[in-house]
Amino acid sequence: MILDEIHTLHSSKRGDLLALDLARLQQLAPNMRRVGLSATVDDPAVIQRWMGAGRDVDLVLGPPGAEPQVDILLSEGRVPWAGHTAQHAMAEVYEAIKRARIALVFVNTRFQAEFAFQELWRLNDDNLPIALHHGSLAAEQRRKVEAAMARGELRAVVCTSTLDLGIDWGDVDLVIQLASPKGASRMVQRIGRANHRLDEPSRALFVPANRFEMLECQAAREAIAENRLDGDPPRIGALDVLAQHVMGCACSEPFDMLELYEEVRTAGPYRDLTWEDFEQVVDFVSTGGYALKTYDRFRRIVPGEDGRWRVRNIATAQRHRLNVGAIVSPAVLSVRMAGRGGRGGRKIGEVEEGMLEMLDPGDTFVFAGQVWALEGVTNLDVLVRPANDRDPKMPSWGGSKFALSTYLAKRVRELMFNEEHWKVLPRDVCEWLGAQKDRSLIVGEDEMLLETFPRGQRHFLVCYPFDGRLAHTTLAMLLTRRLERAGVGPLGFVCNDYAMAIWSLKPMDGLDFDALFAQDMLGDDLEAWLDESFMMKRAFKGCAIIAGLIERRFPGEQQKTGRQITFSTDLIYDVLRRHEPDHLLLKCARADAATGLIDVARLSGLLERIQGRIRHAPLEHLSPFSVPILLEIGKERSPGGATEIMLAEAEEELIAEALTP
Amino acid sequence: MSPTPVNAVTPTFSYQFAASDCGGLRTRVREAEVTFRASGAMWLRAERTLVVADLHLEKGSSYAMRGQMLPPYDTRETLDRLEAEVAGTGAETVILLGDTFHDRKSEGRLASDDAARLRNLAGSRRLVWVIGNHDADGPQALPGETADELSVCGLTLRHEPQAGHQPGEVAGHLHPAARVRAPRGVVRRRCFVTDGERAILPAFGAYAGGLNVRDQAFAGLFVRPPLAGALGPARVRAIGWKQLTDD
Repeated sequence: MILDEIHTLHSSKRGDLLALDLARLQQLAPNMRRVGLSATVDDPAVIQRWMGAGRDVDLVLGPPGAEPQVDILLSEGRVPWAGHTAQHAMAEVYEAIKRARIALVFVNTRFQAEFAFQELWRLNDDNLPIALHHGSLAAEQRRKVEAAMARGELRAVVCTSTLDLGIDWGDVDLVIQLASPKGASRMVQRIGRANHRLDEPSRALFVPANRFEMLECQAAREAIAENRLDGDPPRIGALDVLAQHVMGCACSEPFDMLELYEEVRTAGPYRDLTWEDFEQVVDFVSTGGYALKTYDRFRRIVPGEDGRWRVRNIATAQRHRLNVGAIVSPAVLSVRMAGRGGRGGRKIGEVEEGMLEMLDPGDTFVFAGQVWALEGVTNLDVLVRPANDRDPKMPSWGGSKFALSTYLAKRVRELMFNEEHWKVLPRDVCEWLGAQKDRSLIVGEDEMLLETFPRGQRHFLVCYPFDGRLAHTTLAMLLTRRLERAGVGPLGFVCNDYAMAIWSLKPMDGLDFDALFAQDMLGDDLEAWLDESFMMKRAFKGCAIIAGLIERRFPGEQQKTGRQITFSTDLIYDVLRRHEPDHLLLKCARADAATGLIDVARLSGLLERIQGRIRHAPLEHLSPFSVPILLEIGKERSPGGATEIMLAEAEEELIAEALTP
Repeated sequence: MSPTPVNAVTPTFSYQFAASDCGGLRTRVREAEVTFRASGAMWLRAERTLVVADLHLEKGSSYAMRGQMLPPYDTRETLDRLEAEVAGTGAETVILLGDTFHDRKSEGRLASDDAARLRNLAGSRRLVWVIGNHDADGPQALPGETADELSVCGLTLRHEPQAGHQPGEVAGHLHPAARVRAPRGVVRRRCFVTDGERAILPAFGAYAGGLNVRDQAFAGLFVRPPLAGALGPARVRAIGWKQLTDD
């Protein structure tokens, strides 16, 4: 069994399911050998554990290639204060593409991909064949780009990580990373895949979009030169995936509980699975696992007289088979050209439902490299027509998906602390750091800077943990609750990958910051906030689908739509939370939300690191460091809890309308 | 796209509504004064009558029978809410406006304590089961009157709204939900919907979903752009037609 690109498999629910399937196969074919392949493994021990589950796995290392050559692109020697698009450097990026044979231009988000593609074509006087590739494009469109690339017809592809796999990179001689790389391993992988001849160095060009990113690019470049990579923590197998697997086993042949338990524990992610958890999963598969035992007569799997569990009937097995898989994507809508009579024409691609909430009919947006105007939304189609808008109302499709890796964040902090080290940075960035030192503080690598200052009618608190937008957002949500209790009247917050700013009615300089940032915020405060948050509902829906509580596809139906659930999982979540808060699926959802959606592990590490090491700078004005984050205010959408205020505002409008003579 | 109701009868109509101290919304349907409560129940103070629609009791077990093991707590959750409303209003009459059960076998699947709570409800007050399409047989063993429709405070209460102009009709069946667009985003809630001539109640059941009031199913029912009473945690918000959007 050969597992290619194994580093992309092991740390997800897909990896859990694959590991369980391998354990099953091994049972049926005891002599099966497993071979994992990867061009970049951050931490081989993690993958060995995943593959072997306690048995020895030999490690074979390939010969090292030539040192990669990494440069940082400085447009006229300057780096902008803020921004994410690197628009300022686009002309130089275009020049670099012209000089290369084939260049890949990596960006972090689909929005950035669309933006960069537009900008490059605006400059493309030579009509170079430059293509676009990201996850929202229709699959056939992506295949076309990949095929054109294989035939050597392209000079550049602007892409997100969806291009990482599945293409031959042999002729690529330049990898351009627009905006920050977020992790050294991802970068090494991309650089390493380019230019397959090992005797020649691969070339990469970093294009920082703002000053913090400049620091990050420099740190990544040094990490790559030292061949120091960042890694993932080992993964614990998800129980909703296990539930699906148990049901699948029952559908293929009757199983003995103890035998299956032993088999499951030969899958790496489930090595430490307890018997109690396993029993709970089997009960869940059978009856839903509720404390209120009213579903015993509806069991999906039943124990026979031989003690073996089998599926209730063929129809149940059939429905299960239609619903297997560990990838749950949000409901997607097809983007189509508006045709006659409100019907959809040619399909252009797919978008996630949530994106549309920001657009009204008539609004223009960039998608698949063109500007479109929204005509309307029918059941499953988004109808659009081409628009000639030079200044589209561009939707932001979420920030960077990847947080700055822990390892790279540490290197950035080291770089900032060490004044000697600044010499490698461009002059304006040095001046910025110098000004920060004069007007506020530059703190030690193991400390966290926290600034407070008044501005306008508000009081600001800004801190710089460098732990990624996700962890910062969670931190800000929890801090606002605490500040609320402290009576300072927090009004709002904004986060990016490097920093977090909260503003309030009353000054915050007098607060006890060690107490404010105490680790106990991850106890009650986190639980209370999380249970109310939309993220838990989203996580719950995913777990309910994977675990088989909810079936989306039924025999005889042609297409999955994701919308055919005839009840709302949010309502089910609310009822379950009230009546059985310790139910297996709620545990699964909490675990998912804590890892994927709010990055509790990262936040926990952050709080531990800064305990007793917060350096407070009470300032009269904003600091040089705070400018980039303050510039982001107003670009954010309000967080999920504001729906009541929104309704109240809508109501006020009606009252105003009623009172107007 | 669903059509906008034609503003045919009284173009300058203005709705009379006010917040009540319990978070409800007081308004008129024809001559009757009604209160839309945040729970989704309608309160007729003059007759001390509480009206709830579409409880869909035992929807969870109805899915479980077919292999989707939804949490078996929907009936008790719905009864918790109903009992709280009865206690809060001191209702002397409770009208269940149809689809009280999710299917015709639901009554037989009730847990014994849930069945006892329903019997209790009829114990010291009038309980009326209006017949719906999901529960066309009415209750078998549980107490209470059964009716296809009935008249209270000059209003006609029935399960399914009849087509055309139906002054004074109060119905359920459609599970109305409002999707409200506000400057800061979009929010979707169950809602009451009324044009002052007739009213449709939201579904009261814990697992009952919602149908957007801009759906075709609502077209032609109202003589003017109706008002939606969107349910919040503690308040009913009056939302004008223009602020409602399609899903």
